Amino acid sequence: MSLKFTEDHEWVLLEGDVATIGVSAYAQEQLGDVVFVEVPEVGAEIAKGDELAVVESVKAASEVYNPIGGEVVAVNEGLEGEPTLVNADPHGEGWFVKLKVSDPSEIAELMDEAAYKTFVEGLD
Amino acid sequence: MLNNKGRPTQPTAVSGGAGSDLDTFTGNKALSLETPLIFEQGVPGRVGVDMAEPKQVKSRLGGLERSGAIGMPDLSEPQVLRHYVRLSQQNYSIDAGFYPLGSCTMKHNPRINEKVARLAGLGDLHPMQPVSTVQGALELIDSLAHWLKTITGMPAVAMSPAAGAHGELCGVMAIRSAHEANGEGARTRILVPESAHGTNPATAALCGYKVESVPARADGRMDMEAFAAKLGPDVAGVMLTNPNTCGLFENDVKKIADMVHEAGAYFYCDGANLNAILGRTRPGDLGVDAMHINLHKTFSTPHGGGGPGSGPVVLSDALAPFAPVPFVTHGADGFDLVEHVEGEAAESFGRMKGYHGQMGMFIRALAYMQSHGSDGLRQIAEDAVLNANYIRVGLNDLLHSPFDGICMHEALFDDSSLKGTGVTTLDLAKAMIDEGYHPMTMYFPLVVHGAMLIEPTESESHQTLDQFIGAMRHLLTKAQSGEAADFFAGAPYHAPRRRLDETGAARNPLLRWTPAEETTAQELSAAS
Amino acid sequence: MRYMPHTADERTEMLGKIGVGSVDDLFVDIPEEARLTSLLDLPRHASEMDVEKNFRTLAAKNVSPYSAPCFLGAGAYQHHVPSVADHIIQRSEFLTAYTPYQPEISQGSLQALFEFQTQVALITGMEVANASMYDGATACAESVLMACRVTRRKKAILSGNLHPHYRDATRTTLQFTQFEANELAPVVEGAEDFDGLIDKDIACVVVQNPDFFGRVQDLSALADECHEVGALLVIIVNEVVSLGAIKSPGEMGADIVAGEGQSVGVPLSFGGPYVGLLATRQKYVRQMPGRLCGETVDQDGKRGFVLTLSTREQHIRREKATSNICTNAGLCSLAFTVHMSLLGETGFTKLAALNHGEAVTAADALEAIDGVEVVNDSFFNEFTLRLSKNAADVVEQLATKGVLGGVPVSRLIPDKPEFEHLMLVAVTETCSASDLDALVSALKEVL
Repeated sequence: MSLKFTEDHEWVLLEGDVATIGVSAYAQEQLGDVVFVEVPEVGAEIAKGDELAVVESVKAASEVYNPIGGEVVAVNEGLEGEPTLVNADPHGEGWFVKLKVSDPSEIAELMDEAAYKTFVEGLD
Repeated sequence: MLNNKGRPTQPTAVSGGAGSDLDTFTGNKALSLETPLIFEQGVPGRVGVDMAEPKQVKSRLGGLERSGAIGMPDLSEPQVLRHYVRLSQQNYSIDAGFYPLGSCTMKHNPRINEKVARLAGLGDLHPMQPVSTVQGALELIDSLAHWLKTITGMPAVAMSPAAGAHGELCGVMAIRSAHEANGEGARTRILVPESAHGTNPATAALCGYKVESVPARADGRMDMEAFAAKLGPDVAGVMLTNPNTCGLFENDVKKIADMVHEAGAYFYCDGANLNAILGRTRPGDLGVDAMHINLHKTFSTPHGGGGPGSGPVVLSDALAPFAPVPFVTHGADGFDLVEHVEGEAAESFGRMKGYHGQMGMFIRALAYMQSHGSDGLRQIAEDAVLNANYIRVGLNDLLHSPFDGICMHEALFDDSSLKGTGVTTLDLAKAMIDEGYHPMTMYFPLVVHGAMLIEPTESESHQTLDQFIGAMRHLLTKAQSGEAADFFAGAPYHAPRRRLDETGAARNPLLRWTPAEETTAQELSAAS
Repeated sequence: MRYMPHTADERTEMLGKIGVGSVDDLFVDIPEEARLTSLLDLPRHASEMDVEKNFRTLAAKNVSPYSAPCFLGAGAYQHHVPSVADHIIQRSEFLTAYTPYQPEISQGSLQALFEFQTQVALITGMEVANASMYDGATACAESVLMACRVTRRKKAILSGNLHPHYRDATRTTLQFTQFEANELAPVVEGAEDFDGLIDKDIACVVVQNPDFFGRVQDLSALADECHEVGALLVIIVNEVVSLGAIKSPGEMGADIVAGEGQSVGVPLSFGGPYVGLLATRQKYVRQMPGRLCGETVDQDGKRGFVLTLSTREQHIRREKATSNICTNAGLCSLAFTVHMSLLGETGFTKLAALNHGEAVTAADALEAIDGVEVVNDSFFNEFTLRLSKNAADVVEQLATKGVLGGVPVSRLIPDKPEFEHLMLVAVTETCSASDLDALVSALKEVL
C-alpha cells in the first residue's frame, strides 16, 4: 500500500483495481501556488500517457499525464473550492482522480518511493 | 510536464510599508493621489452629460421596456475628469520613460498622428457611407497598402485583421485555403521553432493544424538538420519569426524558404520584429509567403494600455487570391471596396471582422511612415540595432547572454549570473520599477532560463541608454553581492502599489464591483 | 530627423564601444543577395506641416457625417462623445502605456478595466464581463467557440437576423475547426422559426437583439428552449445604447452576451478601431477568451487590480488556449468607460429614451411619404424601410443631394432581389429636426 511515482512527478496509490493519482510534493513546490485544477469527467476512458489533468498556477499551466490507463470513477471535487490542497497535502487530500485501472500490471513500470527520491535528487 | 516558473505570486510580508509615522490621513502621498472606484463615488441625480428632454412618444419597444435599475453611479463632469486623471497618474508610459520591453517595440508615439486621426472627414466617417462619399478614406487605405508592400517587397496585403494575433490567423487561414484549393488538404502539421511566441501554436490550432516544435542550435538559430528531418509532404507551413525571439537574424532564412517551398508548404513570418530590418532587407526577398505587421509595434500606433492594435498581412502571389474581404481596389472610376466573397474575391477565405479594418490605426501608421520616409525608415532599423548592441556590450560582463556575438534590435540575457544570490529575474524587474524603468520582457522566450529580453528601439537617446546601463549595473552588482535577497524580494517600494497577490486573484476571481445588498434594494425601490 | 535622437558623432562613438567599424557590420547576418543597397522607392521624410497637409487633402475628399444629415446605422452609430472622454484617452499615461503586465505601475489602466468590466456586466445584466474584444463581430465568433467549449458540443445555430458581418466573421472563424454553424436565412417580417432545430447536439443559439432589421424581441422563451436541452443562448447587441431602454439580455436568460460598444465613447472612424463586449455567467469564467482584470490586495493590504486567469491565454496555454488573442481594445474600452461614467444611470437611460423618441418621430414622418413603408412593428433607434425603388439607387441619389439617408440592405446582403428595396435608417440624438426635414424632402424628390 505504498505510493509509486513517475518521472513526470505523478504518484499512484493502487488499491485492488482502483488507482488514486496526484502530483508529488516536489511537483507542487516547483509549480508554486496552485490556483486551479482541471480534472476529467467521471466515466472518461484515459490511456496511459494521455493528458489526465491540468494544474494551473498563476503564471503556468502544466499538463498531468496519466501514469496508468483506466476509467475515471471519481474526481476530487474539493479541489474546485480549495486548490491549495495540492500544495498543502499533495499526497493525501490533494489527490486529483481515481481510476478503475484496465491493466494493474502497468504499475510495475513506476518507481517506488526510494527510487523517486533518488531521481529527484539527481535533478537540478 | 513542469514549466519551471513557479515563482512566488503571493508577496511575503516585508517591512517598509503601511503603518509607519509617514502615513497620511487621506492615504494620498503628495502628487500620488488615490481614487476609489467610480461606483463608490456616485450620488443619484448627478449629471455628467446635458441632453435634450426625450420626446413623449408612443413606445415602439414591443413591450420590452427595461424594468429595474441598472446599478450605475451618477457623477458630474469634474468628478469624472478628476477620477480618470488620478488614475492616469498611476500609470507608467513611454511619454514618461523608457520601456526596454523586448519584442514589444515601445517606441515614441508621434503626436501629429493623433492630430490627423481626429481631422473632420477622417476620424468621423461612417463605415457604411456610399463609396462615392469616402474616396479619400479608400485612397488612404490604398496608400498605406502601397507603403507596406514596398517596405516588405510583397505583391499583396490584407488590411482588415485587427491585431497581430488576428493577422497571424489571417496568414495561416490563407495558407490552409491555398492548400485546399490545390488539393493538398491532407497536410496537417505546422513547424515552429521552440522559441516561438504562444500565439503561433494557438493560431495553428484554430486552423485545425498540429504544431511541432523544432529545436534551436547552440547559436540560437533553428537547427537545420532537425528542420529537414521534420519536413515532409504532410507539412502545411512553417511559422518563423525573423529576427527570432532571441533577437537573432535567422541567417539560413533563404535556405529555409527554399526547403519549405520544395516540400510544397508555405512560409509564414511573424513580423513582430520588423523594426530590426526596415529598409535593410525585405521579407519578400527572403522567400516569405505571408507576414503580419504589428502597426502598434513597428509603426508607432499607441499601445493604449493594451490596444487597439492593427495587423495587416502582406501576402505572396500564391496566397493573395485567398485574402479576406473586404479590400480596396483602384480602378479608372476611382476607389472601391470589394466586400463579398464573389467576383474578384471568389477565392477569399471570408470576412474576419466587422467593416474594413482598424482605420484609426491606418491613419496614424501612414502619418508615421510619411514622416520618416524611405531615409527615416532605414535609419530606424540602424539605430534600433545600434542601441540594442550598445546595451548588450554595456551589460555583458555582469549578465550572461546565451548566444555570443551581435544581436539585432533586442539583447537577450539569462539569469545564470544571479544563481545563488537569492535574487530572481522577477525580483530584478521589480527593483527596476523603483529606478523609474518599466521592466524588460521577462521569462520570454521560454527556452532561456529566467530570460531578460531588452529592446530599446531607435527612440532612445545616448543619455537614456547610459543611465539605464548604469542603473542595471548598480542593481546587478547589488544582487550579486549575495546579501540583498530580502531587499529585492520586497521591491518595488515606491510605486503606487507594492507587489500584488496574484495567487489570490486567480483562486478567487473578483472581476467586477458588486453593489452591497441594501444599496441595491434602495436603488430598486427608488427606480420604481 | 525629429524622432531619432542620435547625431552622427554619437553613432560613431557608440559603434566604437560596440567594437565594430560601421553600422553595416551589425547587419552581416542578412544574406548578401537580400541586402538592400539603396533606399526603398518611397518619398523621403516629411515635416509635420507637410504630413498634415497630406491628410487634410485626403479628408477633403470625404463627406463627413457631421456636415450632412446622417441616418446611418447597420451596427455603427453616430452619438455625441463628451469632450472629457477624448481628452482622457489622449493623456500620455493612458495613450502610451503598455499592457498592464506590471501591475504596480499600471493601476490606472487596471482600475479602468475593472470599471469597464463592471459597467458591461451591469448593462447586459450578466454576472461577469471581460476586458473587451476587438469588435462585436469577433466577439460573436468567440462566443460560439466559448459555447462549444462549455457544452462540449460542436454545433451552433446562427439566427438569420444577425448583422451579416457578425455571421460572416463567425463562419470564417469556425471554418477550419471541428465546430460548425447552421446559418438560418434572414426573415424580415414575422418571427424567426427555430422549430425542430434545437436539440442535444446544439452548443448554442445566437440571436441578435435588436436584430439586424431593428426589431426588438423577447428571447425568454428561446432561452428556456435552449436550457431544456443543455444548450446556451448567446444574445448579440449591436447598439449598446439600446440596453438603456430595453430588457437586458441577462434578464431574458442569456448565457453569453457578445456585442459592440462603439456607441459609447468611440468615434465612427470608418469602421475601426471599435470595442467588442463579452459577458457571461460566473461559472463559465474560465472558458472566456480575452483579458480579465481582477481585484486583489498588495503586500501593504491596499486594494489593487491585476490581470488574472492568464492561464487561459495564448502566452501560457499556447495551442490549448481559449483563443489566440493578445490585445484587447485598450484605449477604446477606456473611452467607453469614461463616457459611461459621465452618463451614469440617469444619463444612460435618458440617452436611450432620447434616441427612441427621435426614432419614433422619424418613423412616423417617413411612413407618411408615398413609396415608404416602415417594416418594423418594434424598434429601438433603427428600423427598416421598404421603398418603392431600389434602395441602393435611392441612397446614391440622396447622397448627391447631400443627405446620408440610410444603408441599403443589399450592401450587406447582396444578390437577394427580395431585399433590394429595403433600407436601414438609424436615428440618434445627433439627428436634429432640420436633419429629418432634409431627409424627408430628399426622399420625396427621389421616390
